[in-house]
Amino acid sequence: MDIPFDAELDARGLLCPIPILKTRFALDELSSGEVLKVLSTDAGSTRDMEAFARQTGHELLASGVNDDVYVFYLRKA
Amino acid sequence: MPGDTRKLALIATKGELDMAYPPFILASTAVAMGYEVGMFFSFYGLHLLRKDLDCIKLSPIGNPAMPMPVPMPALATVLPGMESMATRMMKSQMGRKGIASLEELRTVCRQGGVRLIACDMTMNMFDLSYEDFIDGVEVGGAATFLDYACDADIQLFV
Repeated sequence: MDIPFDAELDARGLLCPIPILKTRFALDELSSGEVLKVLSTDAGSTRDMEAFARQTGHELLASGVNDDVYVFYLRKA
Repeated sequence: MPGDTRKLALIATKGELDMAYPPFILASTAVAMGYEVGMFFSFYGLHLLRKDLDCIKLSPIGNPAMPMPVPMPALATVLPGMESMATRMMKSQMGRKGIASLEELRTVCRQGGVRLIACDMTMNMFDLSYEDFIDGVEVGGAATFLDYACDADIQLFV
């Protein structure tokens, strides 16, 4: 995945709900339209990130997994 | 759904370490997802409002699901020191695994504007007062909870 992003959050090694909490804090620092890249090793984060995007209105542009690391790109609403 | 604030009403009634987590995990996540959150603390859940959360412990007594470092008969779990040992083991395991502490989750809730409401009846029963609690705790009763919860999207009793 080669998507341009404005900020990156490394949430590897952290378990639920910290990746979601940190994602929220990181998005708070961005302006509308900017993209946050999130790295996570929490296996539940794929569903959690989809739910987070659905409930908050931030757009989940893309997600994937590479060597047990989950990658998400969120565009701030 | 953006533009339509959802609301979570939650009652926390337990004071053990493992039962202290679900209320704070759900409330902090709800904050992160833009919910308005009210937490009501009753009976042993009141201890989750104490300034120092070190009083929140794990009891191995009567818990057959608790993993033990060495096999031991259930009766041995009542021996002095077992509760502290179980609590220490669980906390160190949580730290190693990258799990947030109760204090961290509670801080997210407080900074996120979660209403923390202590049950006045059980505060009286346990002789607890405002001074025992962190700042910002409100006091209310069953009617306060029902009034808050009646138009909440999610109501949970833990």
